[in-house]
Amino acid sequence: MRLLLRRDRIVLPIWVVALALLPVAIANTMADLYPTAADRQSYIDIVTANPTFLALYGHAFGHSLGAITAWRLGGTVLFVGLASLLTVVRHTRAEEEAGRRELLGATSAGRQAPLLAALLVTFGADLALGVIAAASLVAYGLPVGGSVAFGLSWAVFGWAFAALAALVAQATEGARAARGISITLLGLCLVLRMAGDVGKEEGPSWISWITPFGWIQHIHLYGDHRWWIFALFVGVVAVFVAFALALSARRDLGSGLLPTRPGRPSASRWLHGPLGLAWRLQRGTLIAWSFAFAALGAILGGIAEGGVEVIRDNPQLEIVVARLGGSSGIADTYFAAVMGLLGLVASGYAIGAALRLRGEETSGRAEPVLAAPVSRQRWAASHLAFAVLGPAVLLAAAGLSAGLAYGLSTGDVGKELPRVIVAALAQLPAVWVLAGISAGLFGVLPRIAASVGWAFLAACVLLEEFGRPLQLSERMLDLSPFAHLPKLPGDNVSAAPLLWLTLLAASLIAAGLLGLRRRDVL
Amino acid sequence: MNDMDAISVSGLVKTFGKTRALDGLDLAVRSGEVHGFLGPNGAGKSTTLRVLLGLIRKDSGEARLLGGDPWRDAVKLHRRLAYVPGDVTLWPGLTGGEVIDLLGRMRGGLDKSRRADLLERFELDPKKKARAYSKGNRQKVALIAALASDAELLLLDEPTSGLDPLMESAFRGCIEEEKSSGRTVLLSSHILSEVEALCDRVTIIRDGKAVESGTLSELRHLTRTSISAELARTPSGLDGLPGVHDLHVDGNRVRCQVDAAGLDRFLAHLTPFGVRSLTSQPPTLEDLFLRHYGAEGQDMQEYGRAHRAGVAR
Repeated sequence: MRLLLRRDRIVLPIWVVALALLPVAIANTMADLYPTAADRQSYIDIVTANPTFLALYGHAFGHSLGAITAWRLGGTVLFVGLASLLTVVRHTRAEEEAGRRELLGATSAGRQAPLLAALLVTFGADLALGVIAAASLVAYGLPVGGSVAFGLSWAVFGWAFAALAALVAQATEGARAARGISITLLGLCLVLRMAGDVGKEEGPSWISWITPFGWIQHIHLYGDHRWWIFALFVGVVAVFVAFALALSARRDLGSGLLPTRPGRPSASRWLHGPLGLAWRLQRGTLIAWSFAFAALGAILGGIAEGGVEVIRDNPQLEIVVARLGGSSGIADTYFAAVMGLLGLVASGYAIGAALRLRGEETSGRAEPVLAAPVSRQRWAASHLAFAVLGPAVLLAAAGLSAGLAYGLSTGDVGKELPRVIVAALAQLPAVWVLAGISAGLFGVLPRIAASVGWAFLAACVLLEEFGRPLQLSERMLDLSPFAHLPKLPGDNVSAAPLLWLTLLAASLIAAGLLGLRRRDVL
Repeated sequence: MNDMDAISVSGLVKTFGKTRALDGLDLAVRSGEVHGFLGPNGAGKSTTLRVLLGLIRKDSGEARLLGGDPWRDAVKLHRRLAYVPGDVTLWPGLTGGEVIDLLGRMRGGLDKSRRADLLERFELDPKKKARAYSKGNRQKVALIAALASDAELLLLDEPTSGLDPLMESAFRGCIEEEKSSGRTVLLSSHILSEVEALCDRVTIIRDGKAVESGTLSELRHLTRTSISAELARTPSGLDGLPGVHDLHVDGNRVRCQVDAAGLDRFLAHLTPFGVRSLTSQPPTLEDLFLRHYGAEGQDMQEYGRAHRAGVAR
């Protein structure tokens, strides 16, 4: 376990501290913006009627400072779950694949030790996160009970997804699949909560009881705490961990539950060069993500009308509605927000696709390809094609299904579908810039390509989602390529930012290819 | 630099940060020969191969491969060569057969009958996915992919390190065939018996420099023959002879190491005492190897003897 702690000694503390301090920062901003109880009450009433915010943050339970802070952070707990599951997968399947687990398994550490160690480290980190968050909130002045409940809720949420990842990791054939499935489940939980919230005036529907995001809401943080929900969390964690341990005991090292099936004795027609190879390696991920995006789009598009209806039918909000541009204006804001989120997620895919090159290089799998009459450019381009075209496919799929779903629910597919698709595809230049950063670094400074590439995405997420609440300056917000995109649908389409973002991305990729040509390949 | 050389390297220098991996290396591989490349771990063998493949760029010195520059003309030259890496990592989701075909296609074509023949000789199941292969099997995949191509130059980095003796002999058979069809082979290996059996010429590298290069017979010249004799009478005066080392006289038994130059005089001195039995072991590459790996001035006889005793189980 000490080994694990050593290996993660930089990344894990950063996650923990960054996430733990976010709540108090948000609380601070909220206090600044809405100093009196009356301010907060009206803010919450207006905002939770808007389907965009309902989807993003869910229903609020109360209007104290603590309550609205907790409400605003309802979606952020996603990152706690993400960090936890990534850590667990990293220390279970990924370790095996690197062969390091064999090294450990040969010592007296015991069969279950790696899994237990991974879980302990992650649980510990989550707990630390919760404690720091709670402490900082108490120090800020919020009520102790609520703060403790808040911190604890984040901790157990992280535990839940750590345990889930541990279980999934036992069943899959590799680290990549384990990550993919766990992240998909995390996303599914989020979307279910969204679906459960939007379209209901009084409170979340029964759907939100299916997902851990919903459970956190139901604790009623800073309100009448329902402590038994923690028991629910712990119970779920215990079940997952028990299953994970049981499966781990039965599984052979390096394989999943299912035995590896034999494959083709000779290569198909498509596997004839670096592009064919790249397709073979990347197709699983691309196909899975496409389905996920299509499903996400359908759900998010489908619930939109319900939310808009609520506002439309509320006489008290008439003025607000008019100011927001009518019900179509409300829907536009909603889709703009949703597409922005999807753009960030698509960037995650694109960065992953680009960084495959680094993985191939460090694992030694690039060697035989580069020892063949294949130029480095051709090899790199074969994978970068996925980083560029892949997100286009994903966003098109999401845009298509969202537009269809929304159009069908409003009865006007012809009008809504193109607007939504364009809104989705408009994210591409920003996605390409993020992919370009990773590609450029891979060519010029490969050792930091992964860490800096992902850090950039994290920074963009921070800026996009928390930039305004944290009252960051305009100049800081402008650092994110997403800030420069037109807010479609609805906004004026100005080609200029799209063009220069695309140009920037192209130059970054070109710089990467040039750098690759000049440097040593591991 | 000779036009007949498939590979010629002179004064090659490569530094990684503070480490000087290659320190003025010279290497010449003639067309059509099987050239052995020997050295301890970290001596620079893999680094040299990677420079020749255009994967890393030399800091200074000259390197020519098949008449071209390995860095600038990499893609063009790679069409004419095949490479087997030291540590074979494959794509876990692909089967062995798929990898062989893929590598062959990238190189420009694969001889199907030869592929089938090699699969049989090395007893490899092409339907298994790469993640299910052992290290030796992964190596076989890389070997078959290289041997089935019609490359004129083969660059092999410890190709048999994971293979069992049966497969090793299959490998040797293949290399003999390659040689007879006129291909050039650069074989980097630790297995001395293999190098002795297959290679025409050998270069020994240590700390980034070539310390010895030539045919085996030329190199043997430089080592000592170990002599063990049983005599009729107790000998004397042996220690005064030039070129005699590590002399042990045990009653009528004599054991020692004799330089090639002093062998004649030694035997002449020995025969008057009445030789009853005589065992002489020709210097093996191992002796040569160990002599060069030892620290300067250290007596390597003990090493050699212990090693030999261990090997001759």
